[in-house]
Amino acid sequence: MQIFKCPFCGTRNETEFRYTGQVGKLRPEPASQIEEGEWAKYVHFTENVRGPSREIWTHMTCGEVFFMTRDSQTMRVLATEALRRDTQ
Amino acid sequence: MTRHYSALNLIKEGLNNQLGWQPAFRSAKPKRSYDIVVIGGGGHGLATAYYLAKQHKISNVAVIERGWIGGGNTGRNTTVIRSNYFYPQSAALYELSLSLYEQLSRELNYNIMFSQRGMMVLAHSEAEMEIAARSVNAMQLNRVDAELLTRKEVHKLAPILNFSPKARFPIYGAVNQPRAGTARHDAVAWAYARAADHLGVDIIQNCEVLGFTRQGGKISGIATTQGEIDCERIGVAVAGSSSVLAELGGYQLPILTYSLQAFVSEPVKPIMNTIAFSPGAGTYFSQSDKGEIVFGGALDRIPSYAQRGNPPAQQSVIAGLLEMAPLLGQLRLLRQWAGAVDVTPDSSPIMGPSGVPGIYVNCGWGTGGFKAIPAGGTLFAHLLATDTHHPISQPFDVSRFKRGELIDEGAASGIAH
Repeated sequence: MQIFKCPFCGTRNETEFRYTGQVGKLRPEPASQIEEGEWAKYVHFTENVRGPSREIWTHMTCGEVFFMTRDSQTMRVLATEALRRDTQ
Repeated sequence: MTRHYSALNLIKEGLNNQLGWQPAFRSAKPKRSYDIVVIGGGGHGLATAYYLAKQHKISNVAVIERGWIGGGNTGRNTTVIRSNYFYPQSAALYELSLSLYEQLSRELNYNIMFSQRGMMVLAHSEAEMEIAARSVNAMQLNRVDAELLTRKEVHKLAPILNFSPKARFPIYGAVNQPRAGTARHDAVAWAYARAADHLGVDIIQNCEVLGFTRQGGKISGIATTQGEIDCERIGVAVAGSSSVLAELGGYQLPILTYSLQAFVSEPVKPIMNTIAFSPGAGTYFSQSDKGEIVFGGALDRIPSYAQRGNPPAQQSVIAGLLEMAPLLGQLRLLRQWAGAVDVTPDSSPIMGPSGVPGIYVNCGWGTGGFKAIPAGGTLFAHLLATDTHHPISQPFDVSRFKRGELIDEGAASGIAH
């Protein structure tokens, strides 16, 4: 069982967390004018990094979304941080 | 040296203390150049090389493998072969594969131990029985063998399943594919490697690809830990590592890599002569020829390249097995392992040009690549040899994501991810 650290609740069991997405993937705007290839990239394509990867995660128990840096090959958690500094 | 496998040669070598057998394939050193290089020495890569040499008479081919052949997902799956898909595009693809598997031992002169013992997908309610009937109709329209079984018929085929009135997932019936089955997974890799080697293909193990080489802006080959290799075309069939190669090559794929775990119990006497999958429990199992219960379930829910699983997924798969067949709770677990699988948004594979001229991809098979090896090899060889899609691989081109023309088997066939 792996222990992850929620920036708000502290260390908790991994089953309480969900991988939510890649960092820095912003919805292209204005959406109505985006070419279909760009839109497909936004909807379907992911970086899928091997090694240290900065990701968005959700702690489902408290409902907060945060950053987690994790090594996708060793499963080691390198850091977790709140999305906004003023919430810490 | 004895090369052909036959009863006569077995007796001959028996009298000769088995000393005359030729190694199944050479472990080659890379030449400076090839017509085609296939990256990835799993089932798909080896089959691709075999069909390039056999069907397209291109034998100046190398298969480059970072580890050892068949050491990735080809040697880590639960050996199920089936074609019980919903959409016509998938049915054509997996039915091609199943029909090639039916001939494979003979074609490759290697016993892959393909045992067509059938596979049932259980239905746990009246509503699921209606969906099951729809699946059976779709499969029959696609000329895939399928039948709808009643609870009584399921009981006759697999009495060890949970028919208790208190079952969490009561069995109402099942979709059965009688031609589905299991095969020896290592044998599939070894058989293709041996057959490709005999046709002149170089199989190069312990050779990691470090990057692609370019000349005048065009891909001219690959750089590896065993030196540079020039080639005309490159086929990439590396499953869970597809995104790593994409990064090196400068193209993008809609893939996330996950760990998928599998399990075997200690061996016991025959108690299960078919394969059963319970969508409710999220687990499927069969019994190997050695007597072990071989089972698996859903992906670990965290993207990962680690070839080992995590305990929450183990617990849910094992709990599912015990719900499906409570008497298996007496068994001890012998081994548990994981492979890194390449999952696409629509749970269908990707095959076609990568977007970078000279590089072609065969990936995205996710949790079900083993069953597709002969078809993957046939279609990828066609693509590499002719630079055009085979009609069966055309719908699986990566451009389907741009067109929004997804083949969503994740929803249609209830794939467990």
